[in-house]
Amino acid sequence: MSPVRAPPPLHPDFHPEASIDAAGPGKLDPSHRVILYLEDITVSFDGFRALDRLTLYIDVGELRCIIGPNGAGKTTMMDVITGKTRPDSGTAFFGQTVDLTRMSEPEIARAGIGRKFQKPTVFERHTVFENLELAMKADKRARKTLFATLGDEARDRIADTLRLVRLASEAGRAAGLLSHGQKQWLEIGMLLVQEPKLLLLDEPVAGMTDEETDRTAELIVSLAGEHSLVVVEHDMAFVAQLGGKVTVLHEGSVLAEGKLESVQNDPRVVEVYLGR
Amino acid sequence: MDDTPRTPGISRLLGVLPGTGRSALAAFGLVAFVLLPGLHLFTSGKSPLHVSDYVITVGGKVMCYAIVAVAMDLAWGYGGILSLGHGLFFALGGYAFGMYLMRSIGRDGVYQSDLPDFMVFLDWKELPWYWRGSDHVLWALALVVLVPVAIAFAFGFFAFRSRIKGVYFSIITQALTYAAMLLFFRNETGFGGNNGFTDFKRILGFPITAPATRVALFMLTAATLAAALLIGRSLVTSKFGRVLAAIRDAESRAMFLGYDPLWYKLFVWTFSAVLTAVAGALFVPQVGIINPSEMSPASSIEIAIWVAVGGRGTLVGAVVGAVLVNLAKSWFTMAFPEFWLFFLGLLFIVVTLLLPEGVVGLWRRLLRGRAPA
Ligand SMILES: Nc1ncnc2c1ncn2[C@@H]1O[C@H](COP(=O)(O)OP(=O)(O)O)[C@@H](O)[C@H]1O
Ligand SMILES: [Mg+2]
Repeated sequence: MSPVRAPPPLHPDFHPEASIDAAGPGKLDPSHRVILYLEDITVSFDGFRALDRLTLYIDVGELRCIIGPNGAGKTTMMDVITGKTRPDSGTAFFGQTVDLTRMSEPEIARAGIGRKFQKPTVFERHTVFENLELAMKADKRARKTLFATLGDEARDRIADTLRLVRLASEAGRAAGLLSHGQKQWLEIGMLLVQEPKLLLLDEPVAGMTDEETDRTAELIVSLAGEHSLVVVEHDMAFVAQLGGKVTVLHEGSVLAEGKLESVQNDPRVVEVYLGR
Repeated sequence: MDDTPRTPGISRLLGVLPGTGRSALAAFGLVAFVLLPGLHLFTSGKSPLHVSDYVITVGGKVMCYAIVAVAMDLAWGYGGILSLGHGLFFALGGYAFGMYLMRSIGRDGVYQSDLPDFMVFLDWKELPWYWRGSDHVLWALALVVLVPVAIAFAFGFFAFRSRIKGVYFSIITQALTYAAMLLFFRNETGFGGNNGFTDFKRILGFPITAPATRVALFMLTAATLAAALLIGRSLVTSKFGRVLAAIRDAESRAMFLGYDPLWYKLFVWTFSAVLTAVAGALFVPQVGIINPSEMSPASSIEIAIWVAVGGRGTLVGAVVGAVLVNLAKSWFTMAFPEFWLFFLGLLFIVVTLLLPEGVVGLWRRLLRGRAPA
């Protein structure tokens, strides 16, 4: 369920009314190049503005990096997109028709937005295999899971993913016993089997070795195109590896946007972030 | 939890048990359906092998408690929902079935009236509307299920939708059972006030204290306990059970995967309430009394302690805990009645600090320690 209303169309490609008939409300309609519209989003915590009229657009198939000092509002932005935090004002649309500000977390996840937390979050008491089983795209309503069985196709999918994230030999272990880096990979694997259209990755390589970081970068780059990705990261070398457009967040709004080199040379960015 | 990924299916009820579980179930069946009933019915009272009324009654009673413990473990051990109000559901089941037993007394009561004695005593001339139909056993059984379902569902829906969890949820359930107890204490409520229901004469036309009736109720309780364990096992080994445990351990992770905790919690909570009510309905004819003390806050806390002692999230631990604590209680209340609550509190502290996985956890650790490397 996602009631539709018309926000002020700031973005030239944003025409929700025109698309409802074609896709139906609540169905993703990315027909206008842009998959995520954040416009004028403000979030305050006790008067403190964690997000301050943030406006940001992500294209279909794009790989976007978000950088910014601690406390810039990066995680809060992901909270708004995934329904964890309701913005005080502003609009957040997924495609042309899905109004994220009116949906619950599970509804948003089912609509096709997947998220990796800053702190790796897996089900520690479940096995690695079960973690992937639970994450996998399926009918996730309670009454459907009562009698659900895991088909061969799903098992193959899990086996493939286990190989991809190099956890095949750990399938039967409790996820809580994995190393930090392995948990990060497991969570990425969970995100993949969820088959979201938009992936939000909050500091995905924190705590990884250089080698693991390189492989993560490769994986993320290979996902772009098929998926749209938003990656929050501190590590400049990693951001450079990913390529793509970079958005610098500062005090809850966009400070600069563009290629990494041009952003790095922007005097305002140098002042608040890179120069230190 | 098992290490190998499984494909569950509720149809293979027995298939969900490991080998040791199946042997234990077979042994339980032998004792509960053959040995004890046989030794009760077919030996003379003087024989050293004779199993007395007392043993059958206490056995039936403890099995009712074990069913409640299994229900509690499903909600608490697997769903992370600590109810301190399960005594309410137990009492509701007991009262619903007790209404039928009261009506079955007929004119054999003290006042030889068609109305239950306590109503005559209150000078009531006719049955209140909510007693209508209570002379039909099927209606009484329907009430045993429907009343707890309605209350658990409505309460759970609002609580879980408002994302009330943890200790807040526990406190509200405790308040709920306390309020219900006060309500049932009142004579005007129409459930016998603080005396509750007692002095039952017959059930389905059979004399309620006859050995054969006792044995039938005992076996019915044993069958219900076995069914509760098997259904519980298949529930927790299904995908539903894995999602439920995932919600218990990392609720927001589960939500961002697309699972809505509301319906998972609501299902296990309501199922747990109904199972508890069924145990209450089995309890009343065997013990011969139901009164508002079942709804006292302490009774509900005791249920949680059974599960903590046995070991949360194991199902079999709930049974072990209910049996151990109640055996201890029988002994204590005879030997040192005034110290029972102190002992119970101490037990809870010791288990929480030293045995977080309960007796079953300890047992498993010992087995693992002894296993050849
Ligand atoms: N739930 C909250 N309550 C109060 N303040 C918060 C909350 N969440 C975030 N903040 C504040 O909002 C600001 C932005 O935080 P965050 O989005 O986590 O930044 P980042 O991820 O960019 O480091 C920080 O100053 C943080 O302290
Ligand atoms: Mg952050």
